[in-house]
Amino acid sequence: MKDLWNLFVTFCRIGGFTFGGGYAMLPMLQKEVVEKRQWATEDEVLDYFAIGQCTPGIIFVNTATFIGYKQKGIPGAIAATVGSIFPSVCIVMFIAAVLNNFAELAVVQHAFAGIRVVVSVLIINAVKGLWKKSVVDKLCVVIAAASFLVSVWVDISPVWIVIAAAILGIAVSSGREAKKS
Amino acid sequence: MMDLLILVFEFFKIGLFSVGGGLATLPFLYRLADKYPWFSTSQIPDMIAISESTPGPLGVNMATYTGFQHSGVIGSICATAGLVLPSVIIIIMVSKVLEKFRSNKYVDYAFYGLRPAVMGLIGAAGFGVLVGALFHSAKLEELSLGNIGSMIGIEECILFAALLFATNKWKKHPIFYIVLSAIVGIVFAL
Repeated sequence: MKDLWNLFVTFCRIGGFTFGGGYAMLPMLQKEVVEKRQWATEDEVLDYFAIGQCTPGIIFVNTATFIGYKQKGIPGAIAATVGSIFPSVCIVMFIAAVLNNFAELAVVQHAFAGIRVVVSVLIINAVKGLWKKSVVDKLCVVIAAASFLVSVWVDISPVWIVIAAAILGIAVSSGREAKKS
Repeated sequence: MMDLLILVFEFFKIGLFSVGGGLATLPFLYRLADKYPWFSTSQIPDMIAISESTPGPLGVNMATYTGFQHSGVIGSICATAGLVLPSVIIIIMVSKVLEKFRSNKYVDYAFYGLRPAVMGLIGAAGFGVLVGALFHSAKLEELSLGNIGSMIGIEECILFAALLFATNKWKKHPIFYIVLSAIVGIVFAL
């Protein structure tokens, strides 16, 4: 029971004190999980991150599930996962409740008109970063452009775009490999 | 009750298909706004700003906020649970065959196609946010060559250019720029 509580509290702390998720969580994870608790080695944490990136879902939550499962099986996985999302769920619920009461105020509306502009800038910067990592050849440019255009102008669920891109990736890469050998 | 089940199901789907970080949930949220009356597309940028300015992973924050708009605290919990459930199940399954999964070439192959597609999806969602931020109409369909001049917000465009420059020149935390833009919004009554 105490182990489960420790898992919960540790991931609570990491989730509650890091902003942005993803790689921003890495230094905190190393400090808490590797150095303080010794639940995993540094290499293992990096492995979890790598796997977290190629499984659906949120990398930090996936890492928490992994470490919790390794320590205490399924109960551990649940304790760590719930801990990892607990602080942000509480904080965001609080903000949402407050905001809903003030959303009609002119000041709040002006503030959000400004915020909308900065959010679009943040997304553009994020896409720029993704471009460097994910567009490695000409075909990737075509895939990115096609997914952008379809998403903007065709009324279709992103689910289908994701599935089609995965199948295309497997087909093209397998084809290239067959050609090589 | 039925409504909550739909909420869990929709976020389960988002958790299952959004690969590659918190912003990957964006295109799905736009889809939700079109499909259900839970929240409107114009609220999505507000959600992003709040998610970026609160601790924790972006995807979880977005789910919590969306769920709250849907039906308060219980909605928050349902949406977040739906979001993380698929990855928890997958991770528990994968952790048994950890090494095999990592070195599987087909996982690599799938990601070769997935990464640029997800980038395109996020870009498309960002385009929607951009249109809503710079024009006095969030809907692309309402804009035409005739009215584009009267719909465009000059102050917003100046702020956009300044922020694009500043965020790339000085790498400060997003919260800094979010607060700054909120102040500019209030001062100039955008």
